[in-house]
Amino acid sequence: MADGIKDKVAIIGMGCTKFGERWEMGSEDLMVEAFQEAIQDAGIEKKDIQAAWFGSCFDDVNVGKAATPLSLALKLPFLPVTRVENFCATGSEALRGAAYAVASGAYDICLALGVEKLKDTGYGGLPEMSSAMGTKNRLIFPGITAPGGFAMMATRYFAKYGISPEEGKKILAKVSIKSHKNGVKNPKAHLRREITEEQVLKAPMIAWPLGLFDCCGVSDGAAAAIVCRADMAKSFRPDPVRIKAMQIAISSGEEMMYTDWDGTYVETATRCAARAYKESGIKNPREEISMMEVHDCFSITELVTYEDLQISPRGKAGDDVRDGFFDLDGKIPCQPDGGLKCFGHPIGATGLRMMYEVYKQLQGKAGERQIKDPKMGLTHNMGGFPAMNLISVSIAGL
Amino acid sequence: MVGITSYGAYIPRYRIDRGRIYKAMGWLNPATYMPGEKAVANFDEDSVSMGVAAGIDCLTGMNRNEIDALFFATTTSPYKERQSAGIIATAFDLRPDIRTADFTDSVKTGTTALLSAYDAVKAGSAKNVIVCAADCRVGKAGSSQEEIFGDGAASIMIGDSGVIASLEGSYSVSYDFVDHWRADGEIFDHQWEDRFIRDIGYSSFIIEAISGLAKKCKLDVKDIAKVAYPCLYAGDHGSIGKKLGLAPAQVQDPMLNNVGYTGTANPLMLLVGALEDAKAGDNIVVVSFGNGSDALLFKVTDEIERVKGNRRGIKKHLAAKRELTSYEKMISFRNLIPVEKGIRGEMIPPTALSELWRSRRQVLGLCGSKCKVCGTPQYPVQKICVKPDCGAVDQMEDYLFADKRGHLFTYTGDMLAFSINPPAIYGIVDFEGGGRYWFDMTDVDQESVKVDMPVEMSFRKKYIDAKSGIHGYFWKAIPVIG
Repeated sequence: MADGIKDKVAIIGMGCTKFGERWEMGSEDLMVEAFQEAIQDAGIEKKDIQAAWFGSCFDDVNVGKAATPLSLALKLPFLPVTRVENFCATGSEALRGAAYAVASGAYDICLALGVEKLKDTGYGGLPEMSSAMGTKNRLIFPGITAPGGFAMMATRYFAKYGISPEEGKKILAKVSIKSHKNGVKNPKAHLRREITEEQVLKAPMIAWPLGLFDCCGVSDGAAAAIVCRADMAKSFRPDPVRIKAMQIAISSGEEMMYTDWDGTYVETATRCAARAYKESGIKNPREEISMMEVHDCFSITELVTYEDLQISPRGKAGDDVRDGFFDLDGKIPCQPDGGLKCFGHPIGATGLRMMYEVYKQLQGKAGERQIKDPKMGLTHNMGGFPAMNLISVSIAGL
Repeated sequence: MVGITSYGAYIPRYRIDRGRIYKAMGWLNPATYMPGEKAVANFDEDSVSMGVAAGIDCLTGMNRNEIDALFFATTTSPYKERQSAGIIATAFDLRPDIRTADFTDSVKTGTTALLSAYDAVKAGSAKNVIVCAADCRVGKAGSSQEEIFGDGAASIMIGDSGVIASLEGSYSVSYDFVDHWRADGEIFDHQWEDRFIRDIGYSSFIIEAISGLAKKCKLDVKDIAKVAYPCLYAGDHGSIGKKLGLAPAQVQDPMLNNVGYTGTANPLMLLVGALEDAKAGDNIVVVSFGNGSDALLFKVTDEIERVKGNRRGIKKHLAAKRELTSYEKMISFRNLIPVEKGIRGEMIPPTALSELWRSRRQVLGLCGSKCKVCGTPQYPVQKICVKPDCGAVDQMEDYLFADKRGHLFTYTGDMLAFSINPPAIYGIVDFEGGGRYWFDMTDVDQESVKVDMPVEMSFRKKYIDAKSGIHGYFWKAIPVIG
């Protein structure tokens, strides 16, 4: 009987580049920067790594297909390397692959690394995606963009809970303001300045009702993790971080094609979170989770995710937002590093960047944004659109 | 008895005040001034999409499976080679064992298609033929064509049972009269001088055709309820009637002031307009103009009551209008000025034509599937039922969504997505009777779109891949007309 991944694998080293418009750095440079930090942090050498998982999403405009870009950039000595891609959960998938390989007993030490160089696409926002959706969807999908896809959830959320767009936008503004406040404290963040409610509300409309500050940035970045068997982790460092759960959930199509889903929550996230809590043994997430890095590609995504993760009751996330529940000094700080809002979303790197913050917070090494005595951190990615998507939820603890 | 068994029409929702065009371009040639407004196809409309819209109106309450042929008339086909009638037949989800043909290269061919449909039914080679005619002609900035040309479509079903107006006779004249012309690859018409067109062509051929028809059918013009013929020149349109001895009430309003001159579709649109007001026993004469003229005499039957009021036709489409307040938007819709499209507008992903072939009924016909086990309609076609507690495998039957209404589950107005008419509005539609999918929306603005608003589906141009010469069509959600 399978018993999940809990406590079988530990993270012993992590690296994360500064995220931003890294015009002077190519993907290869970013990979090396993240990797060098990770192995130095783990106190290992390249030769100690037995296998690697490599995450990148927009292969056509990023590093190209296959796993060779990682192996070539890092000069990995003919190692088994696997490239993974799962939209916005790509970085988390790389970590999941490496962790599962260790848990299977196939390897002792593995590398997970994700990179994306969005600033080489030429787009504000993610690149045009209809060619990445398959030959048939290209003919029938609306001309949808990421903000538009998520804006439709805000429209529905406001309609269901009787929130006027003006009131709704104010709640969402608080989500972004909080993350920007945290991002100021993080030297690796892309956008490091505080924003005001007035700025948010007056910003240009991107996809109604979402304005510019409801959307995350567009950045370059890479992040990496070294994982090993949990029972050998302390031989590398006194404070390894143990993986408690790694779950993925993908839409079955019923949200988009069947009429039961009400569009105000994410079905996959709800199911994925329940599975992750079960795997990790968490009974009451609102009490047991110390901090979260959730996929705040848009402010509405973060708001709804509070509910999908069972932290806030359905329709009540706004109350927690107003109460400062998710602020850095709140009960469950969310996006202590600044989130996608301040880091941007280099897709292949994002999931690993989130885990980097959890890892540093659990080790008490988060500097001026350090949370008091965290025990359990959660990361959440969401790829696709609320009506058709994929979710990853990972939990780590000391 | 062979004749009309159904009719339909389409006028695009956008109308522009001609004063607005004149204000923008009248400085070039002050003589182009014209009163009234004209219909302007939205950026995602063309002759094919408007032909589909008129045809759907015509198909109301009719059995699509009994149609044996589809003829499409236009001078503005999107393709030089790929039959428009074939695209339209797929949009109607007609049987494949039918005859399809495009009638083109002259604005006269709307009536020619009608006559060919009559001949086919009369000869017994088809029971029912649907004719669609549409045009979306453009004039150069500052030209009189720019002022006069309007966009629109009509559709007439010809059959031998349930005839609402029998074809009693016709008279055609054909001349290589070169009043205007457009060579292969050209966008705009060239035109010889107006006096020549007016005196030698327009005022002469229409009279010749009607007189020929009256003589052939032994018809006294006083016994005609309505004569419908295009209006190229307002003054001469009236003179033609006078010369034929027609009272003003006998002349069908040519809709020059509210729609414009709609080319190939024009005589058929006027015929639909006449039928909307017709009563049993009325004689209606419809006449085309262009490289000659066709004149057709119809006699209205009691069956007209079956159709009257059950179509959007001319009247309801005329009423469903939105003012286009920008001349620049009008010419941008037709791609007549280079517009900054940004990288999102420029990057056109390739079209897999083998995929389009495989999925043609789903894409062009908006045909989905319905689970025979649980009855859930679903789009696109699924092999495994999407209903969570069903999941039946290979138990699907065809299910048409194109004719279903729905309500808007949610929506957004997207400024990031490229649209020539931003914001790009799209949303998720829950269909009456079941089924949900997401669609672009059109003919709607951000201010008027609301959650739960009733919508219907409209066949539109989804994209143009100019590099590959591909016009992609699909269905969009629109506010219910009327």
